[in-house]
Amino acid sequence: MNGSGLLRRVAPQLLTLAAVLALVTLFFPSFLSVGFGNDRLVGSPIDVLKRGAPVALLAIGMTLVIATRGIDLSVGAVMAICGASAAFAVDQGWGMGVALPLALLAGLLCGLWNGFLVAVLGIQPIVATLILMVAGRGIAQLVTEGQILTFSDEGFAFLGSGVFLGLPVPAWTWVLAGLLVGLVVRRTALGLLIESVGVNLRASRLAGVNSTVLLLTVYAISGLCAAVAGLIVTGDIRGADANNAGLWLELDAILAVAIGGTSLLGGRFSILASLIGAMIIQSINTGILLAGFPPEFNLVIKAVLVLLILMLQSPRLGSLAAGLMTRRRRADEAGAAPRSVQEARR
Amino acid sequence: MLLNARGLTKQFPGTVALDDVDFGLAAGEVHALLGENGAGKSTLIKCLTGAYRRDGGEILLDGQAVNPQSTFEAQELGIGTVYQEVNLLPNLTVAENLTLGRQPRRLGLVSRRGMRAMAQEMLAGYGLDIDVERGLGSYSVAVQQIVAIARAVHLSGKVLILDEPTASLDAREVALLFDVVRGLRERGLGIVFVSHFLDQVFAISDRITVLRNGRHVATTEAADLDRVRLINLMLGRELAEETSHARAGREPGAELLRAEGLGRRGRIAPFDLTVRSGEVVGMAGLLGSGRTETAEVLFGAVGADSGAVRDARGAVDLSSPARAIAAGFGFAPEDRKTDGIIGDLTVRENIALALQAHRGWARPIPRAEQRRLAEDYIRRLDIRTPGAEKPVGLLSGGNQQKVILARWLAMNPRFLILDEPTRGIDVGAHAEVLRLIGEMVASGMSLLVISSELEELVAVSDRVIVVRDHRHVAELIGQEITTEAIVRAIAAPDAKHEAAE
Repeated sequence: MNGSGLLRRVAPQLLTLAAVLALVTLFFPSFLSVGFGNDRLVGSPIDVLKRGAPVALLAIGMTLVIATRGIDLSVGAVMAICGASAAFAVDQGWGMGVALPLALLAGLLCGLWNGFLVAVLGIQPIVATLILMVAGRGIAQLVTEGQILTFSDEGFAFLGSGVFLGLPVPAWTWVLAGLLVGLVVRRTALGLLIESVGVNLRASRLAGVNSTVLLLTVYAISGLCAAVAGLIVTGDIRGADANNAGLWLELDAILAVAIGGTSLLGGRFSILASLIGAMIIQSINTGILLAGFPPEFNLVIKAVLVLLILMLQSPRLGSLAAGLMTRRRRADEAGAAPRSVQEARR
Repeated sequence: MLLNARGLTKQFPGTVALDDVDFGLAAGEVHALLGENGAGKSTLIKCLTGAYRRDGGEILLDGQAVNPQSTFEAQELGIGTVYQEVNLLPNLTVAENLTLGRQPRRLGLVSRRGMRAMAQEMLAGYGLDIDVERGLGSYSVAVQQIVAIARAVHLSGKVLILDEPTASLDAREVALLFDVVRGLRERGLGIVFVSHFLDQVFAISDRITVLRNGRHVATTEAADLDRVRLINLMLGRELAEETSHARAGREPGAELLRAEGLGRRGRIAPFDLTVRSGEVVGMAGLLGSGRTETAEVLFGAVGADSGAVRDARGAVDLSSPARAIAAGFGFAPEDRKTDGIIGDLTVRENIALALQAHRGWARPIPRAEQRRLAEDYIRRLDIRTPGAEKPVGLLSGGNQQKVILARWLAMNPRFLILDEPTRGIDVGAHAEVLRLIGEMVASGMSLLVISSELEELVAVSDRVIVVRDHRHVAELIGQEITTEAIVRAIAAPDAKHEAAE
């Protein structure tokens, strides 16, 4: 896709993001102000970039999975497993040189497991990944032995709360991960083959596409993205919480992909749009907190905003609006016609 | 005039599907609507039945302007439609299908007895002797088709549109259906009949309207028209013959492939097959006889559980379509929509897909190269599309088929399997596909052509294999290949017509 095509693709998401930011600013006027202090940028937008990192990372993998007409419900649990594995390694005194690869390996294995169930055994993705969603937290608890496993490794904490060139490390991480995956799928033929499998698996196979390897790959990427997200949340709180790390985040990730306009029926996808979707969700989360509503309203307000966004993006509503417009225009023309006749008579 | 459409216009992005088309239907006539794929037949029907919103023109029913916004509204007005794929529910009974939405009730509950009576009344006069309490799915497609007609006539009762009703019927069933249609004509209905089968059109129609490229070309009495003139109207060009004899003066080369004892339990009994380079092997047989199953085993779409395929270099790995493609095989399947096209992807991407899959994901075909490839084939195969970036799902059936042929031609396979390459496409595209087959063979490619159209097989094949009951039962060579001989081999269980080498 060339530059203008890309812009046209993500225009609805950008407009939505702008609208959400404007709405939050209405309730909390200093929302958009960014300052510089203590070697770093500070302010709510920076906070959104940082806090949105886990969902953004999950959304990268989720986009590819959904593009193949699949879904990955296990990513929240995989975050917990990977965070626990890394915390365990650090706790054993093995250092980040072991902890980091170990967490990534755990994520990769989780992804390959999901991919195996879907691509080789042919289990429906929602069921296949539900297994690890449920079992995953149990595995994470086994790793942490039921405790919140805390640690004091500065290198690990840097992943979750560090600052690099004035910006939070989690923000750098999701941006770079998005760029990396985006470039890989679009500069190779991976993107085309993923879309092709998502639109019509049978026909793709008959055209020689190796769908098994392709499906294994996307679930593996999703697992790796979850691993990185798990490292970030674990590093941020300097502890692995098997019960709460990444809890319900799979749903936010799916939502980010949906807001990003990638159909859950598979096919065409845009990682950039999903990332903007993740930022929209995080802006809503942060905005609700800052606007000072009583906390019991938070989830309801979020639901209403998401509903509004999805309604505005729905093609059916779009064509309905277009229909109303043309009908009004026709009515205008009909109203205008007699006047021109009168003018002609004169 | 019962139904009168004047100046109908419908535009889609990039194309004018209907351009100022007039169409009149009298009560008590069968009016055939003909045209190539993409001529605008479906669009016209969809405008008449409210499935599409027209951009211009008017529709008069009994002299009253009507404006159906949905097929339901059209039905209420009196315009009923029966499609090629029966749109009833095969898991319900015949009676339930007929009365769905207006079941007779008793004390607020559905009365089975009332339903039965109502269904029998609705089916009276159709010459069907069936049990309305049995599942619709247990009856043949022809019976289902007639049930669909009975329902449509009962609900609407003025205009009946039959969109390719005979596509999946055999000759006897067509006769049965035509009796029903004639009966309805007697009762004063106006019937619109859409079909690709010209013989059937001449057999049943009173008048014929021809569309071409979204425009009205002619409306004439069927009796005033002969086949050649009709085809000329549809194509807008002279066709010397409907199908040319491509077989003449061609000599197949050396042996390319040899399948020995290849088979798959429950699908196709072990068979031997040799294919020589530059040879067209035809395959005939009834639907479900094992034709498509043969192709699937040969292409690795379904793994063989016996036998092997060899070429000059030894055994050929056919464990998956990807392996078969790597061995220089190609397969254009029978069901384009589910097995062929990737609907949401563009014409360019669909053409490049097999080549890209073969190269692997790490070696993308550059965008410019893909575009050149697509534009080259759009021109060479005369694919009618507003551009290479159009989603292939929006093209007409014949053009989708050409896109799939382009996908395989881009691979330059040595052995290409074409399963029903001309099914559901119009005469013009039909002749073009046959011409393409001739070109492929001339370039040294070997083909396996599966077809239900025997004349087509006779025209293109060097040899014809006949399949019956999941078994290859006969082989016809050279002068032996006639439609008569093929029919005999398909029909006679013991008239084994093994070819003398």
